[in-house]
Amino acid sequence: MYQLLRQIARVGIKSEPPPQGDETLRVVGAQLQEAVLRRFAGALTIRHVDAGSCNGCELEIHMLNNPYYNMEQLGIKFVASPRHADLLLVTGPVSRNMEVALRRTYDATPDPKLVVAVGECGCNGGVFGESYASCGKVANVIPVDVAVPGCPPTPVQLLRGILTAITPAPAPR
Amino acid sequence: MTNTPDPRSTTGDAQAGPLFAGLADKPTEAVPLERVLASYPWRALSGAVPAWRVTVQRDSLMKLADTLAQRGARLAALWGSDERDRAGGSTLHLALAVREGLVWIECPLAADDAVYPDLSPLFAPAHRMQRGLYALLGIRADANDQRRWLRHGAWPADAFPLRRDVSIDRTWPQTSDQYAFVQVAGDGVHEIPVGPVHAGTIEPGHFRFSIVGEKVLRLEQRLGYKHKGIDKRFVGTTLEDGARLAARVSGDSSCAFSWAYAMAAEGACGIEVPIRATALRALVLERERIANHLGDLGYLGNDGGLTFGLMQFMRLKEDVLRLNQRAFGHRYAMDLIIPGGVARDLVRDSVAPLLAQCDELQHEVSRLRDIYDDHAGLQDRFQTCGRLEPPLAARLGVIGLAGRASAQRHDARVTPGFAPYPQLAPNIVLLDAGDVAARVVVRFEEIFESLRLIRALLDTLPPGALSTQIAATQARSCGMGWVEGWRGESIVALECEGGHVRHAHAHDPSWQNWPALEHAILGNIVPDFPLINKSFNLSYSGADL
Repeated sequence: MYQLLRQIARVGIKSEPPPQGDETLRVVGAQLQEAVLRRFAGALTIRHVDAGSCNGCELEIHMLNNPYYNMEQLGIKFVASPRHADLLLVTGPVSRNMEVALRRTYDATPDPKLVVAVGECGCNGGVFGESYASCGKVANVIPVDVAVPGCPPTPVQLLRGILTAITPAPAPR
Repeated sequence: MTNTPDPRSTTGDAQAGPLFAGLADKPTEAVPLERVLASYPWRALSGAVPAWRVTVQRDSLMKLADTLAQRGARLAALWGSDERDRAGGSTLHLALAVREGLVWIECPLAADDAVYPDLSPLFAPAHRMQRGLYALLGIRADANDQRRWLRHGAWPADAFPLRRDVSIDRTWPQTSDQYAFVQVAGDGVHEIPVGPVHAGTIEPGHFRFSIVGEKVLRLEQRLGYKHKGIDKRFVGTTLEDGARLAARVSGDSSCAFSWAYAMAAEGACGIEVPIRATALRALVLERERIANHLGDLGYLGNDGGLTFGLMQFMRLKEDVLRLNQRAFGHRYAMDLIIPGGVARDLVRDSVAPLLAQCDELQHEVSRLRDIYDDHAGLQDRFQTCGRLEPPLAARLGVIGLAGRASAQRHDARVTPGFAPYPQLAPNIVLLDAGDVAARVVVRFEEIFESLRLIRALLDTLPPGALSTQIAATQARSCGMGWVEGWRGESIVALECEGGHVRHAHAHDPSWQNWPALEHAILGNIVPDFPLINKSFNLSYSGADL
């Protein structure tokens, strides 16, 4: 136990300040966003759904909770069930063998809900495209609010995508 | 020992063959491989790993397979191709790993309703691979279990998407997937179905536990949820596009698959890779090994109730990824390895920070290992948990790090070895306890060994060109790639023709190791499953293709 505590003290705090939301990632309008922010009251729960990725995106989603990015400091938490979730973080492409499971997960998530599509494949099907086995991008199967490109997107890009999804859009001029 | 499957096992992967000793347990055979192959048309393939391609008719398939099995061969991969455009039918392909290298067996079959002898009595891992191939190509083994492994409801039972007359864009309406799980009956037995969407951030798959109380009587896996049509995508692609696809067979083994694919392409096209490129390839492969082992050690601590371990190891993994970004331009060095060499050079002035990180990791991981070793609560969870005894591991053909934790001496860097590894002489980490604790120790020791290899690579990093010009051949040619990734061996078999990839198959070691997990969990309690599962950490994507 002494060694353990000593290691904690020696390493210190590694967490870095969170990035700012990125307007360029936004793909839907403002009204829903404002309602959602009011409803979530600053605490957001996320259900990750791997709908057919190569598992590269999952590596970076795992890294969101490492001490550097420390996503829980933002009040954002991964949950075990879609029924507890405000937001679905979906990696793709959506394989046809996962199509039904993804739809059911979406339906099991209470309204209002947000969907963030993750990775090149989640955004546009990537190298797998659309085929007998792949539905392609996530938006081909369920409605998507924000799409985060990158192969895989870095933890900072993921955080930007999530923050973009939950912050209200500027009022249209 | 007989070749008859155990009649007591109902079905599924429990239907393993006779006790089959792995390469390590066989005495060196005096009969040269060439003499074994002499009765069949065969030729040696060019490339970085020794490989032979032999054509055998269906009637002689079992004879050859049996002869090779007697010499200690094990099944490394099984796939198929449609050859009707060449006035053939469908062809069954096998890659058997022997002491000397890989034997690529092709067995031409009839165009329709082709049946070949069941190979699972000789090689237990054939069971799922045969079922997977049936779902894609319609050629099937003469076996009892014909449940299609990769087909759920996305295409009808009489459609076979890997056939050349089925366009890759062809789609069918979803039908319901009625998969017949094996039922366990008895007083107090009940089932827990889990997945495909799991509670954590992991890949999708379905596990059906039959339990009594807390104790697991049977686990049956149902995978294939991530099937993305990779084999079909390879057909007719360019070498470059194929390389991007290979890098994404299993994202956590991106460097391993990129290298295996590149090795296969280089063998098919008959080109040599510059020595600086092979050194850089080994550098990123060993760093991929370290990054994944660090992540696994963190999650194993976490699943054992020690969150401290997760935070500490994830911090170290992040350090590795950040330095990858700086030195190789990508956190996972994806697409760095390309056919012909490497796409980019090491960023200038990276050698010193890479060496410094070796020292840092050596120090930090040693310290954390002491903490893990001394932590009674953690060791209580690790030791004797999810044990896979060496004889069973041999019989199931378990490979990679899970195999080495159960005394299976398979490491493609050593046997047969490929450049630049022979000069580095990697040490194999071998344990025989076969429990979670052993798989933890293998990871710790392999991190230290990889650090040694990285230091040696950096100390002797040769100057020179980064890649050789490569173009897919016009004439028919084929090559084989075989690389030891962090999880186990990644194999790519590739055939070029007309300047394109004619067909290619990428084989993930998870094919062999998933069935072993069904055995390792037996008799354990349900709450230990996440820990045991993590200790194997198998790829869904890699095996679902």
